Amino acid sequence: MTLARVTANVVSTEKHPHYTGQKILVVQPVGPDGKPKGKSLLAVDGVQAGIGDLVLVVDEGGSARMVIGDEAALTIRTAICGIVDRVDVQGE
Amino acid sequence: MKLGRVIGRVVCTQKMECFDGLKLLLVQPVDENGSDAGSALVAFDVAKAGEGDLVMFEAGKEAAQANPNGWFNPGDAAILGVVDAVNVAEGTATAVSGAPGGTGRKK
Repeated sequence: MTLARVTANVVSTEKHPHYTGQKILVVQPVGPDGKPKGKSLLAVDGVQAGIGDLVLVVDEGGSARMVIGDEAALTIRTAICGIVDRVDVQGE
Repeated sequence: MKLGRVIGRVVCTQKMECFDGLKLLLVQPVDENGSDAGSALVAFDVAKAGEGDLVMFEAGKEAAQANPNGWFNPGDAAILGVVDAVNVAEGTATAVSGAPGGTGRKK
């Protein structure tokens, strides 16, 4: 799992049926200090997250499908599985 | 999944049967603001995308699962959706690629 910030949402009409009814968000991976780290990616939302939220993202198919509760959605790989309330870093 | 822009089309006569009937498109990965993010790649299309479209694509083993000709294929990138709009933090649509209900083609 990685920490990420939700930066945008994505609207798509013509899409694979596995994504029907799913909320798709752009997430930017961040470090524990909240600074952007690496490239942004798209994730299916399993926890009612929104723009600006700090979230937990799983980028592995089996876990992502478990998060959204649809084991048959085989093309889904990335999902948001938690909204982070607080990160405590040792020494800060 | 990642966001990308379709920048070209790849035509192959001689190819594996599992790609028969599928469009192969050249995709440039972009970020939510439309700037390039990484190098272009070839993806097969299952979302009726076309040149200039903003799309979402999956790269990795999950992509092969989208192939309508069966799961046993060497596809490692698939276009799974045509993006109508990307709404970034302030609620401004920055990457709208077409009118609602339209083809999503870039104007």
